[in-house]
Amino acid sequence: MIGGIAPACPKCGGINRPGADVCYLCREPLGAVPGANALAGGSSHPAMARPPLRPIPMLLFTEAARHNVRMSALLFVLLFAVFFLLGTAIGGAYGDPRTGLGLSFVLYAILGTTAYFSGSTIVLSIHGAREAGGEEHRQLRNVVEEMAIAAGVPPPKVYVIPAAGMNAFAAGRRPEEACVAVTTGLVDRLNREELQGVIAHELAHVKSRDTLYNVCAAVLVGAVALLSDMFLRGAFWGRRGRTEEGRGGGGRGNAAFFVLALLLAVLAPLAAKLLQMSISRQREYHADAAAAGFTRNPLGLASALAKITTGGAQVPGENRGTQHLFIVNPLRVFGPDASALMSTHPPTGERIQRLRAMGGVAAGS
Amino acid sequence: MAYIPLVLVVVILAWFVAAYNKLVRFRNQIKNAWHQIDVQLKRRYDLIPNLVEVVKDYMAYEQETLTRVIEARGAALSAKGPAAQAKAEGLLTETLKSLFAVVERYPELKANQNVASLQEELTGTENKISFARQFYNDSVMTYNNAIQSIPTNFIASFFNFAQEAYFETEPESRAVPKASLR
Repeated sequence: MIGGIAPACPKCGGINRPGADVCYLCREPLGAVPGANALAGGSSHPAMARPPLRPIPMLLFTEAARHNVRMSALLFVLLFAVFFLLGTAIGGAYGDPRTGLGLSFVLYAILGTTAYFSGSTIVLSIHGAREAGGEEHRQLRNVVEEMAIAAGVPPPKVYVIPAAGMNAFAAGRRPEEACVAVTTGLVDRLNREELQGVIAHELAHVKSRDTLYNVCAAVLVGAVALLSDMFLRGAFWGRRGRTEEGRGGGGRGNAAFFVLALLLAVLAPLAAKLLQMSISRQREYHADAAAAGFTRNPLGLASALAKITTGGAQVPGENRGTQHLFIVNPLRVFGPDASALMSTHPPTGERIQRLRAMGGVAAGS
Repeated sequence: MAYIPLVLVVVILAWFVAAYNKLVRFRNQIKNAWHQIDVQLKRRYDLIPNLVEVVKDYMAYEQETLTRVIEARGAALSAKGPAAQAKAEGLLTETLKSLFAVVERYPELKANQNVASLQEELTGTENKISFARQFYNDSVMTYNNAIQSIPTNFIASFFNFAQEAYFETEPESRAVPKASLR
């Protein structure tokens, strides 16, 4: 339970944040605890006082939550438009824009309702998450409850993904029905403080309703990819022959539609992908900062991120549609300093650096 | 043109309602946060007898620590008034920590599954208490900020939204130790 980074109080055994001078529980001076500044690379200058961490203003979350609800609505409108265009174009390519349109609307309705009503269930089952009951997950459940109290959200359901990789995500339309899933690898290899940081990060997503937006985006990306895939496969595997059979004068229109559909089918997934990327970077930084505010300990999360970078973040069922949900992208694990031009997440090294700066550890040390 | 005053009135009224509702929401959140602290304190009272029951057989030589914990629990339960209660709770936290420190010294105790899970429960509860207090104070800060800032302060004073007090730890524990120069 007691990690190498967080100094334990010699008197009461309370786990303190790294670099603390006195125990936060019993005010016993901690003295020079070996490893207290392991994260700072051993450089602990007494003059470098840690700036007091300020709580993240609650209004910021309300703003962020409203923004996310608006953006999710916008996503559904956008999805509608994409389906409208793609459906008509693909239908047109086969000589019947109306049927294409009708079918794509049916598909839209099905996808939209499933995404909205059981998006989190689907995401959980894709990654093989199970509810975290039992004695071995007592600490995890406690940490989730603790952080829910600190964040001021109802305690979410806790799930574990049996996997050696270290990762976590949150889902749910509203904070009241949120759930948090972590891999068993993460639970096993993080100490309590680091686990608090990760869970706090996830609950920040829940509180600002990033989870709603993320699931909607996952559906959008998935749906557009599905539709384009269906068309492209159809186009290249022989269905095109039908249009050449001719339907009396429809030939030229079909060709135009075909080109349009081809263009859309290639461009739409790219646009969706760009959108998915733009989603998360700023949100990740915000959730990191919020987690530091909830735990009052940015170094816990910084150390967790460092462990995840070295330990691997692979998750079963990982795929492009859900990669942006996770705390660290399971598909692209960067070296600490790798730049991420085409990624859903900011480079982990940069996130760690920012968290350390919040904790009063100078950059580059 | 004649509509302009009407529109203005509606806009002001809408802002007024929104600001008032915001203050009510913040105030209720503070109440809720305060109850959350109580819930966790109660949970701690309930857990302590269980832990004492499990460890007392192993700790024949540590009866004093156990007695102190039980006494501190009793004192916290019967404390009257917020100040006295805060002090008693602080004492209880300290005695519990010393009990945990003792448990660390007994390998067979540490290996005991019951003790381990009770200890985890108590650690979790301790954390919940301090996070609940932290959230309470954050909520108070948001609320106080709102009722002191222009323009919501007009609504606050009109409807008697009073400032809320922060939860404070006992003052002596924060005193900077004085270093004698001689």
